[in-house]
Amino acid sequence: MTDLAVAQRSLRGLPSLILSPRFLRSALPALSLTVLLLAIFYLQPRTMSYFGLNLLLNLALPIAFATIAQMCVITVNDLDLGIGAYVGLVAAIGATWLNDTPLLGVAALLGCIAIYAALGALIHLRNLPSIVVTLGMSFVWLGLALLVLPTPGGKAPDWIQAIMKFRTPWLPFTIYASVGVALIVHVALMRSAYGAILRGAGGNPRSVARAGWSLLRTKMTMFALAGFFGMLSGLSLIGLTTSADANIALRYTLLSIAGVILGGGEFVGGRISPVGAVIGAMTLTLAASFLSFLRLPPDWQIGAQGGILIVVLAFRAIINRAEARR
Amino acid sequence: MPEILVRLDGVEKRFGAVQALLDVELTFSRGECLGLVGHNGAGKSTLMNVLAGTVSPDNGRINIGADDLTRGYDVTVAHRRGIRCVFQELSLCPNLTVAENARVLHPALKGFGWRRRAGELIIGKLDEVFPGHGVRAGDVVGDLSIARRQMVEIARAFSVTDVAADLVILDEPTSSLDSVVAAQLLAFVRRYVGSGGSCVLISHLLGEILSTADRIAVMVDGKVVDVRAATDHSRDSLVATMGSVAKDERQANGAATESKRVDNALKVRARPAGQTLGPELLVHRGEIVGLAGLAGHGQTEMLGHIYANRGRAPAGMQIDGPVTLVAGDRQTDGIFPLWSIARNITVCSMREMLRYLLVQSQSEKTMAEDWRQRIGIRTPDMNNNILSLSGGNQQKALFARALGAEADIVLMDDPMRGVDVGTKQEVYAIIREEAARGRCFIWYTTEMDELFHCDHVYVFRNREIVADLARHEMTEEKVLHSSFEAAA
Repeated sequence: MTDLAVAQRSLRGLPSLILSPRFLRSALPALSLTVLLLAIFYLQPRTMSYFGLNLLLNLALPIAFATIAQMCVITVNDLDLGIGAYVGLVAAIGATWLNDTPLLGVAALLGCIAIYAALGALIHLRNLPSIVVTLGMSFVWLGLALLVLPTPGGKAPDWIQAIMKFRTPWLPFTIYASVGVALIVHVALMRSAYGAILRGAGGNPRSVARAGWSLLRTKMTMFALAGFFGMLSGLSLIGLTTSADANIALRYTLLSIAGVILGGGEFVGGRISPVGAVIGAMTLTLAASFLSFLRLPPDWQIGAQGGILIVVLAFRAIINRAEARR
Repeated sequence: MPEILVRLDGVEKRFGAVQALLDVELTFSRGECLGLVGHNGAGKSTLMNVLAGTVSPDNGRINIGADDLTRGYDVTVAHRRGIRCVFQELSLCPNLTVAENARVLHPALKGFGWRRRAGELIIGKLDEVFPGHGVRAGDVVGDLSIARRQMVEIARAFSVTDVAADLVILDEPTSSLDSVVAAQLLAFVRRYVGSGGSCVLISHLLGEILSTADRIAVMVDGKVVDVRAATDHSRDSLVATMGSVAKDERQANGAATESKRVDNALKVRARPAGQTLGPELLVHRGEIVGLAGLAGHGQTEMLGHIYANRGRAPAGMQIDGPVTLVAGDRQTDGIFPLWSIARNITVCSMREMLRYLLVQSQSEKTMAEDWRQRIGIRTPDMNNNILSLSGGNQQKALFARALGAEADIVLMDDPMRGVDVGTKQEVYAIIREEAARGRCFIWYTTEMDELFHCDHVYVFRNREIVADLARHEMTEEKVLHSSFEAAA
């Protein structure tokens, strides 16, 4: 076959590739983000600047971290209903101990991650439903946060504030940081050799165990990672707000779940997408701004945010159905 | 004498009331393919699970080479010793790619470039075993057809990194492959054995076993009853060995059965979905009809088909009267695990106990007590949780639920799986008694003995009814022959 014929054939194959359900499904998160961003630029052209983007996406980074944390737990077919309260606890520790007595602060944060790993072990060994364990832990986290910081206040360490306020060239820091996180987690989970085992443990635990891998270890790893990214979420959050409050991040629990699903992840079966999860978190952040620009009364905003979520997921359902029919 | 690779000695395993393996002795040698045959539930899969290290035996020894490895024998040890298993149910991760699934089996595939090496390994093996397979290393397994998944899994088991694949177990490997691909596999097995490997082949297709295996072991009821060179066997001798259970005066009562058909009204007439020719399933009032054949050949679907069309009359079907179902898999579609025994029995009869939209607890209690007496559920209190009962008594409660409902037609989906002999006899008596009162039963069973309680038996193969045997003409050989026929 000549080169020309090959080129022609691949060109003819292009539209069918773009319209194939698999491609559409993986492109859907990015597509929804683009549509939302364009709508915002149209409604409020002044957001199309360094300062505007910074304001828009400011709070996206902590949500993106929380979403990655949630995604780690979802990878192994569990759900974390305590991540919001946990982020609040990290924020409280960050604004008090980490600032006043850094050594104690670091030890406390490492302890939190260890507790997360232990939760993974408990859920695996006793075969408990993760939603019950993590929902129970959410009250423990909140209680601890109130003990550490009974009233809103405290002060975030200067170095965290300095990182979060760092002025990067061309685009705001949040965007670079989000892209960086997405790529690092993508390489670790989607490309590395052990990452395949971690995802396999969500897809078919029995087969992974039969190949001689420890499911206990995979579960503890994923929960420890969730604790780690939850910590990054709390610290980046106080870097922006400069002080903390035990209740600061309670809504992150549901936001993070929505972000994972919006980004193309599924609740069971180890089907996840780190890049999609970060995009999902950004979409949710932007959705709130978008609704404000529409001058929608705040009372309606939560409902409207839910509406956006339903629309995107409905598209995914349609794509999946198209695929099943073929 | 070829070198012996693995020796199993006096291996025994019990699951609750069921003795799955009894004093099994078997050797596996280099350069030999061992065929393993037996009827459903004979213990073949359990034995292979013991060998692969996924089930630990209650008794017995496992020797690999010259070492006794019984203590602490598990999957990891089996892997290190080069024992691989292709399990009957698919065991790939559907969310991973073909290359990533190869990585799951091979810890040695790591570090920079592992993805490429894993892809080359698995595709190389696929090319060797199944030329023209059409699988790419980057394909997500969940998107592949069942046959291709099976091919990937087989190729994965034969692939070699740092540990050799000395003994490969193939449990029903050809069940989802078409004949061309199956022939490719069997030819590869011969090449592999010829180069010094050892292979265990489990199959219901006796022709496959006879043509591929060097030695054939036959299992019946958890025991290895016969091991012989394949050349000493023919189809008929194999079937005869598999069905060597003692026979008694089962052929009696033939005349009585026929009269049931003549005198009584037809209650059910149906065909498996997709079958247009051949025998129809006919059930008359007071009749017990058995559905036989190998597991998974359309019997459960037939029951589902009848149940789904109850109360309607689609073309070509007749279902006269209310239908109820006794589930086979207690855990998933039988019991309500959080409810009491009484509630579990009365749940299908709730409607008759209503007054002003509320359930009358008195009539609920009466019904539960009534059934406790009638079928002898062994419990001090019917308000205890259903899980406080043994498996057999849980099954009795499910029978009580079905029989308590006002239904003329009772479907049974292999309900006696894992039930002890005593309870079985009691339930058989109840079934006969209820049949005498005019109910009819459609009974899918994987146990040959239970078919002799039926007035009429339909044998299924490949989702179709292939034989229609009345009680007086039914023998074990006939059922086995019909189940296996097309395989030759």
